[in-house]
Amino acid sequence: MADIQIRAVRKSYGKTPTLHGIDLSFASGEFVVILGPSGCGKSTLLRMIAGLEDITAGDIAIDGRVVNKMEPRERGCAMVFQNYALYPHMTVAGNIGYALKVSGVPKAERERRIAETAKIVGLQDYLERRPAALSGGQRQRVAMARAIIREPKVFLFDEPLSNLDAKLRVTMRAEIRKLHQRLSATSVFVTHDQVEAMTLADRLVVMNRGHVEQVGRPLDIYHRPASTFVASFIGAPAMNLFKTRTEVETATVRLDGAAIPIDPLVAHALQGRDVIVGIRPEQCRLTREGHGIPARIDFVEELGVGRVIHCEIAGEAFAAAVAEDAEVAAGDTVWLSLPPEQLHYFDAESGRRIEFPLPGTDIPAARSSASITHPTGVLS
Amino acid sequence: MIQRTPYADAFTYAIMMLGFFLLLGPFLVVIAGASQTMQQVNTVPFSFLPQGEFMKNASAAWARADLRTAMTNSLIMAALVTAGKVALSACTAFAIVFFRTPLKHVFFWSVFITLMLPLEVRVVPTYAVAADLFQPVKSVLSLFGLDIKIEWNLLNSYAGLTLPLIATATGTFLYRQFFMTLPDELAEAARMDGSGSVRFFFDMLLPLSRTNMLALTTIMFVYGWNQYLWPLLMVTDPSYKTVMMSLRALLPSDNGIPDWNVTLAGSLIIMAPPVIVVAVLQRWFVRGLVSSEK
Amino acid sequence: MEKRAVFKSWWLPVLFALPQLVLILLFFYWPVAAVVNWAFTLEPPFGGAAEFVGFANFREALSDPFYWNSVVVSLIFATVGPFFCIFIGLTLALAVDRQLPGSGFFRFFYILPFAIAGPAAGMAFRFILSPERGLAASINALSPDLWNPAKYGSHALALVIIIFIWKWSGYTFIFLLAGLQSVPRALGEAAAMDGAGPIRRAIDVQVPLLAPTLFFLLVTMMTEGFVGADTFGIVHSVTGGGPNHGTEVMVYRIVDEAFQGLNYSGASAQSIILIGLIMLFTFIQFRFIEKRVHYK
Repeated sequence: MADIQIRAVRKSYGKTPTLHGIDLSFASGEFVVILGPSGCGKSTLLRMIAGLEDITAGDIAIDGRVVNKMEPRERGCAMVFQNYALYPHMTVAGNIGYALKVSGVPKAERERRIAETAKIVGLQDYLERRPAALSGGQRQRVAMARAIIREPKVFLFDEPLSNLDAKLRVTMRAEIRKLHQRLSATSVFVTHDQVEAMTLADRLVVMNRGHVEQVGRPLDIYHRPASTFVASFIGAPAMNLFKTRTEVETATVRLDGAAIPIDPLVAHALQGRDVIVGIRPEQCRLTREGHGIPARIDFVEELGVGRVIHCEIAGEAFAAAVAEDAEVAAGDTVWLSLPPEQLHYFDAESGRRIEFPLPGTDIPAARSSASITHPTGVLS
Repeated sequence: MIQRTPYADAFTYAIMMLGFFLLLGPFLVVIAGASQTMQQVNTVPFSFLPQGEFMKNASAAWARADLRTAMTNSLIMAALVTAGKVALSACTAFAIVFFRTPLKHVFFWSVFITLMLPLEVRVVPTYAVAADLFQPVKSVLSLFGLDIKIEWNLLNSYAGLTLPLIATATGTFLYRQFFMTLPDELAEAARMDGSGSVRFFFDMLLPLSRTNMLALTTIMFVYGWNQYLWPLLMVTDPSYKTVMMSLRALLPSDNGIPDWNVTLAGSLIIMAPPVIVVAVLQRWFVRGLVSSEK
Repeated sequence: MEKRAVFKSWWLPVLFALPQLVLILLFFYWPVAAVVNWAFTLEPPFGGAAEFVGFANFREALSDPFYWNSVVVSLIFATVGPFFCIFIGLTLALAVDRQLPGSGFFRFFYILPFAIAGPAAGMAFRFILSPERGLAASINALSPDLWNPAKYGSHALALVIIIFIWKWSGYTFIFLLAGLQSVPRALGEAAAMDGAGPIRRAIDVQVPLLAPTLFFLLVTMMTEGFVGADTFGIVHSVTGGGPNHGTEVMVYRIVDEAFQGLNYSGASAQSIILIGLIMLFTFIQFRFIEKRVHYK
C-alpha cells in the first residue's frame, strides 16, 4: 500500500502540451477513478505513474519517494492494459508468473504463487492454455492475475473493461471492486465510461483537455458538478444546460419566453449576470397545463424503469425523465416545471460552477461569496 | 458463386497444363536424361522416358566433380549464411524498432542502401577486403601516417565464403515489418513485469518471431546454396569449392565423350537441396518472399 | 508508423546493430568507396601512386563501342525477360486464382524453378536447347543452324533470356497470385451479376486492380535483369558473354573487365553508372510505393 502524490505534472509531446499542470494526491488503499473523454490526457497520466511515459515537468511520488527517473519495475506498480497485452506465446501460467521469473523467484515458490493467484481470479483450470484459447473475460482475468501476483503497492488499470461485452463488463466491475476490498492496494483506474467510474470509485477525478476539472466522491460530483463540462459528462441522460440572464426583481431566469422562478437569494447574488443554468433530467417535473415551460415532445425513450422525453427548448435539446406510467407520446405538448432548489448555476464565460452558501447563512455573505470554485481540489 | 462455364474451365485447365509443362519440362528432361545411358541421352529425338541408369550416372558424377566435398562445403556455407542472416537481422531490426534513439534512422538507411549495391559492382574491392580484413583500417590509418602490420586473410576459408554475404536488408526489413505489427502494450507489459530490453528480446521477440524465422530461413538457405560469383572468386583451394563451382567440372569436355547423362545426374544432385526446401517448406518460402518485399 | 513503447538506452541499440553494421561497412561501404576512388583515378602503367583523372575513365568507357554493346544487350535482357516473366506469371495466376479443382497442385509446382540457381538452370538448358541433341536437334534437322547459340550471338542471347524467364516466372506468379487473392471476391461476383464471363472478368476487373503489383514486379524484375545475381550467373556459366560479345550484359562486362582485363578504373566507372541506374529504379519504386500508401 502506498500513497501517490502528483505535483504540478506536465506533459508535452514535442511542442504540443497534453497535460497542463496536474496536482493530485491519492491516499493509501484508495480506489481512484480518472474519468474523461478520449484525448483528455487520463491515460497519459496513468502511464506516467507507471513509468511508461516521461514526465516533462513536475514530480510524481509513490510512498513518499519521487519516482520520476525510476524504471517501471522499480516503482512497485502493476498495470492492466486495455487490450490485456498478454504474451501470446506463453501459457496462462507463464503469463501470470513472468514477473516472478524475471525477478528470479525460485520455480517451486513461483508455481505455488501462480496457483494461489489463479485461484483468486478463478483460472485454476486454465493454467496450461494459451491466451488465444481463452474468452475475453478469461483473458481479462489473466491480465489481472498477472498484476495481482506481484503484490504491487499500486494497481493501475488502463480502460481494462472496454473490450468486453456489456454483460461481462458488469460482472468484471464487481470483481474488480471485490478484489480491491480484499487486497486494498491503492488503485488508479482510467476510463471514459461514467457508469464504471461512478460504481467503482472511492474518489473520482474528472479530466478534460489536459486539466483536472473536478475531484471528489462520485455522489458529490454528481450533485455538485464543478463545471458545465462535468455536469454534462456525468449523468445519463446528460444535464440540461441553457444560457440565460437572471432577473433580480422577479427572481427568475428566462427560458424560451417562460420565466422560471429561482431562489431570490441566488438572484440577488447573481446581480443580473449572464449564467448557464442546469437541471438534471430526473429533477424535471411534469406539471399542469399553463404552468412551467411548454415543450413539444420529439420522441420518447423507454428505459423500463421510466421514460425519457426528448424535446427542444430555446433551440437546445432538452431531456426530462418521467415515470413509466406517464402518458406522453411524440407530438404531445407537455408542461415542465423546474424546481428552483435543483438548479445548478455556472459562469457563462468560464463554465465554472457558481457556488452559494448553504441555506441559513445571511444574505450579505451570500452576495459576496458568489465565487467561482477552483478546479483542482486536493484529495484525502 | 454458382456458375457453369465449361469452355472457360477447359481453357483454364489448358493454360495450367501448358504452364506445368513449360516450367516443369526442364526438370523432366533433366530427370529423364540423368537416368539414361550415354547412347540414349544422345538419341534424336530425345526420349522423355526415365530409364534405370540414374544411380550409375549419379555415382559417376559424384566422383567426377568431387561432389562430396562440394556438397559439404555448400551445406556449411548455406547454413552459416542463413544462421548469420537470421540472427544479425533480428538484432538490427530490434535496434531499429524498439529503441528511442536518433541512430535508428542511420541504422535503417545504411542497411537499406545495401540493396542498391550488388556484389557485381563492387566485386574487386570486396575481394581486396576479403584478402585482408584489416585493409580498410590500414588505409584509414595510413592517411595519418600510421602503419600497422596485422593482416587477416579470409580467402579460402568458410569465414571468407560467408561473412561478406551475411548482411541482409531483406531479412532486416522482414523482422522490422513484423516487430511493427506487435502492439505497443506487449513491450510495456513486459517492462511493467520488470523485464529489460535484452530480456524482452529473448523472452518475447524471438519466440514470437518463429514463423518469420522459418520463412527467412527457407529463402536464405536457397540464397546461400545458390551463391555463384563470390565462391568463384574467393576459392582457389579445391577443398573449399562449392557446388556451383563443380557445375563446370561436370560438363563434358568439348572434344571428349558427350556423356550428358552424367552431367545431368550431377546437376540434379546439385539442384536437389533447394528444390526440396522450397517443395517441403513452400508455405514458409512463399510467405518469406511475399512479406519481405512489402 | 512510429512505435510508442521504446526502450531508453543509447548503447544497447548500437550493440545490437553493430555486428551487421560492421559487415556492411567492411563489405559494402568500404568497397564502394574504393570503387568511387578508382573511378576517378588511374594507376600509371609503370607503377606509382594513382592520380586523379576526373571523368577520363567515364569518357573512355562511354566511347568504347563494346560498352555500348553491353548496354544494348542489358536493355534487351532486362526488358524482354521481365516482360515474359510477368506475362507468364499473370496468365498462370489468373488461371490458378479461379480455384478450380486441382489448381493447388499446379500452384505447388510453378514455384519450383525459382529454387534453382541460374548457373544450374543454365547447365540444364545447355543440354535441353543444345543444337546437336535434346529438343533443338529436331529443329536443326529441318535445316542446319536454324538454332545454334554457340555460333550466333542473337541465339545465345535468346537462350540466356529463356533461362531467366524460366526461373523467374514462378516468382512473378507468387506475387500476382497473392495480389489476385487480395482482390475482394465481391468484386468478381458483382461483375458476374453484371453478366461478365470469367475471361471478361479477368481482363476488366482483376488485371486493373493488379496494377500496383504489376508495376512493382516490372521495376523489381528489370532491376533483377540489369544487376541480379542470376543475370551474371546465367551469362557466365552458359555463354561466357559470347559468342562475339552477343550476351555481354553490363554486369558481366564489369566483372570481366576487372578480373580478366585488370582494368579496375574502367570497371569502376562502369560500376558507378550501374549504381546510378539502380538508384533511379529504386527511386521510381519508392515514389510509387509512397503513392500506394496514400491511396489507402
